[in-house]
Amino acid sequence: MGDDISPIRHEQKLADGGHTCKQAPEMLDKGSNLILLKEDLAPNIHLFKLNAPIISNKVRAGQFAIIRIGEKGERIPLTFADWDKEEGSITIIFMKIGTSTHKLALMQPGDSITNVVGPLGIPTNIEKYGTVLCVGGGIGIAPITPIARALKAAGNKVISIIGARGKELLFWEDRLRNISDELIVCTDDGSCGRGVLVTEVLRELCESEQRIDRVFAIGPAIMMKYCAETTRPFGIKTIASLNSIMVDGTGMCGCCRVSVGGQTRFACVDGPEFDAHQVDWDELLSRQCTYIDEESYSLREWRRKQSNTV
Amino acid sequence: MAKLDLNRISMPRQDGKERRNNFNEVALGYSDEQAISEAQRCIQCPKQPCIAGCPVGIDIPGFIKAVIEKDMPEAARILKNKNSLPAICGRVCPQESQCEVVCTLSKKGAPIAIGRLERYVADWERRNKPNIPDADPPEPDGKRVAVVGSGPAGLTAAAELAKLGYRVTIFEGLHMPGGVLMYGIPEFRLPKEIVRAEVDYVISLGVELQLDSLVGKLFTIDELLAVGYDAVFLGTGAGLPMFLNIPGENLNGIYSANEFLTRINLMKAYLFPEYDTPVKIGKKVAVIGGGNVAMDSARCAIRLGADQVYIVYRRSEQEMPARREEVENAREEGIQFKFLTNPKRLIGNEKNWVTGMECLEMELGEPDASGRRRPIAKPGTEFIIELDEAIIALGTTPNPLIASTTSDLETTKYGTVVADKITGKTVKDKVWAGGDVMTGSDTVISAMGAAKRAAADIDDYLKHH
Ligand SMILES: Cc1cc2nc3c(=O)[nH]c(=O)nc-3n(C[C@H](O)[C@H](O)[C@H](O)COP(=O)(O)OP(=O)(O)OC[C@H]3O[C@@H](n4cnc5c(N)ncnc54)[C@H](O)[C@@H]3O)c2cc1C
Ligand SMILES: Cc1cc2nc3c(=O)[nH]c(=O)nc-3n(C[C@H](O)[C@H](O)[C@H](O)COP(=O)(O)OP(=O)(O)OC[C@H]3O[C@@H](n4cnc5c(N)ncnc54)[C@H](O)[C@@H]3O)c2cc1C
Ligand code: FES
Repeated sequence: MGDDISPIRHEQKLADGGHTCKQAPEMLDKGSNLILLKEDLAPNIHLFKLNAPIISNKVRAGQFAIIRIGEKGERIPLTFADWDKEEGSITIIFMKIGTSTHKLALMQPGDSITNVVGPLGIPTNIEKYGTVLCVGGGIGIAPITPIARALKAAGNKVISIIGARGKELLFWEDRLRNISDELIVCTDDGSCGRGVLVTEVLRELCESEQRIDRVFAIGPAIMMKYCAETTRPFGIKTIASLNSIMVDGTGMCGCCRVSVGGQTRFACVDGPEFDAHQVDWDELLSRQCTYIDEESYSLREWRRKQSNTV
Repeated sequence: MAKLDLNRISMPRQDGKERRNNFNEVALGYSDEQAISEAQRCIQCPKQPCIAGCPVGIDIPGFIKAVIEKDMPEAARILKNKNSLPAICGRVCPQESQCEVVCTLSKKGAPIAIGRLERYVADWERRNKPNIPDADPPEPDGKRVAVVGSGPAGLTAAAELAKLGYRVTIFEGLHMPGGVLMYGIPEFRLPKEIVRAEVDYVISLGVELQLDSLVGKLFTIDELLAVGYDAVFLGTGAGLPMFLNIPGENLNGIYSANEFLTRINLMKAYLFPEYDTPVKIGKKVAVIGGGNVAMDSARCAIRLGADQVYIVYRRSEQEMPARREEVENAREEGIQFKFLTNPKRLIGNEKNWVTGMECLEMELGEPDASGRRRPIAKPGTEFIIELDEAIIALGTTPNPLIASTTSDLETTKYGTVVADKITGKTVKDKVWAGGDVMTGSDTVISAMGAAKRAAADIDDYLKHH
């Protein structure tokens, strides 16, 4: 490369948030990823609290970890649902759907997760917007909680809307109620709260007298797509956290690429949050299905091996 | 003068048809007889052009002489004196453009097979583990160096500094050390056991290896300095994949070479479902690019069961940057080459899966800045290649993560870190760089060379501060 290239000087920017660690180098030890606590929140939804002191010191709302279970495991992204600097712990909540999450669900307090890397992704842009809506669908209730908490702490009026298929799949209602100025619960089958989709509540609020300054939506891609369609006609800026398939989570592979405003972006390093009105949702939805056959084959094989070993 | 022996001993290899079905190493290595015959061809010319051709200046005639004399511990010692990773370099260095091209016998068309001999000696050493006395490392003087990245640059810098008595920690973002040696270059070209042995050696020198530690996220360079590291070496490589920026690039069935190779090599998708990570293999696969990365991707695809694999390259065969030997290997394995062809757009079906690629024919014009003749599109020559998978192997640039989170570091418009060409010293106090992060995608040996020079400069600095 030639010498004629004029250098770009970077301004000082501390890694996401600027909590400088003051420990001696020995203290940069990442900790053991030991499972300190396991809670079953719903049939198939589990919470783990892990020992990870340095990560806990760095995490901010909206960021995620990539974990790997065992030497043959794949790398899967999970959002930080909570963290505690004093205790040096991080909390993840996951839904059991395929091989990796089934393996994870078998783990118990006292076990260690083979690999945990993070915090990854750009944190949520927390500002005082005014009145914000936080929409969490299904497992999305977990990642929306720290965002709602941070928005509240920044002085916003926070209205949270959470939804699940039925009452038994709801969790952290109390937590969100404490954080939010208002909490609206919906279930598809009407077994708890209102029997409508979260997008219905979202539309009602957009149509109401009340001024809404920003919407944050996390959940299945299809839910986020319809949230975007709901708020679009009202011109309310809407942020969604994209759950594209990832491998490294560091910007090295491009597996997680998404089209936003006609441009290719990497969800793991440029996101995961983007302007929901600019996202090509159909592309994301189809890319998420890339390995559907392999995933079901893998889970079948895993189940077969499990039943052979018991 | 004795009669010149121009009979270069060829490398025994797995049969082309057979190896299409496995990931075992293709090149099998010289036998003792083959190695000695090849070594005996060396005329030990006084000018020793090969040494100057080697980016780290190995005493090539010296180690070859030791092979002839069957003094293998001596041959290994000479190699390791300048190159701490000879088993790797013997396998992946582009010898045809370094030491072998300048060999006196090259003029006669039969340069000494230096790379094969290097590999032979290194493999002997690995199998026989002779007690080559390492100079006793000086007592640790308490100064600490942080090395970021565990590719060839990071491993070399760490080893050099540990040998000089510094306390070294390597921070690696992935769950496995080795960089491209682990996630990029496939098993059949570089067995991972060899990389692991080299990593173990570095750790045996007292280097601390901290995996899952992405610098720029978990902590910044400034924080590493603030908590008491006296110097930092950046060996973070060039890991950001480039795309074509043509329509259809995000269809299903299109991979960057980095993703495809990472799934296969790092995550072992070729052993799915025993390993959890899957990879898609099409029937007709096109790989776009002409470097080592393209060859590796194509050869992985054919091994995983693709019927037809094309290499689509916009210049002609002559300009391909891949190692000659690997181009030949690829051809033997049934890879087809489409030269002077450039993709224009990718075409998908109603389910968003790629089904074809529209291309343009190219012709070569005047040489460009790289010295290679510039490809120019021939208007109106559009045609479609049917395919169900495309792998984009255009090259990589450094990941912006470190530069964007470190104060006072300078980068070029290509994202490479600005540093002194010889010493690797960046414009930031106490921070050095070397390898692909400084040069953009280059070679294993040049990354090691840069790391060695940087380690020497770090030592010089720390002695005086
Ligand atoms: C930034 C981000 C944050 C996430 N946070 C959470 C969370 O907090 N809790 C939670 O339960 N889930 C979360 N997910 C989704 C979670 O990663 C997947 O559910 C998990 O990878 C499924 O793995 P599996 O082997 O159990 O299922 P599989 O059977 O392999 O896959 C089921 C579905 O999960 C998705 N998926 C599969 N592999 C991956 C992968 N490597 N990366 C991303 N998605 C994949 C695919 O859409 C797939 O169809 C998040 C995803 C992203 C991208
Ligand atoms: C598929 C492929 C085939 C190749 N074939 C050949 C060949 O045959 N011969 C040859 O000579 N060269 C070849 N090369 C090029 C060669 O591998 C590279 O030039 C060499 O690996 C560069 O070494 P490096 O140490 O600078 O970087 P890398 O090997 O890229 O290592 C960088 C390391 O730093 C880590 N890292 C990056 N960012 C961070 C961060 N922020 N925090 C912590 N860790 C970080 C990465 O995870 C990685 O492990 C090939 C490259 C590829 C991709
Ligand atoms: S997951 Fe590999 S680049 Fe985002």
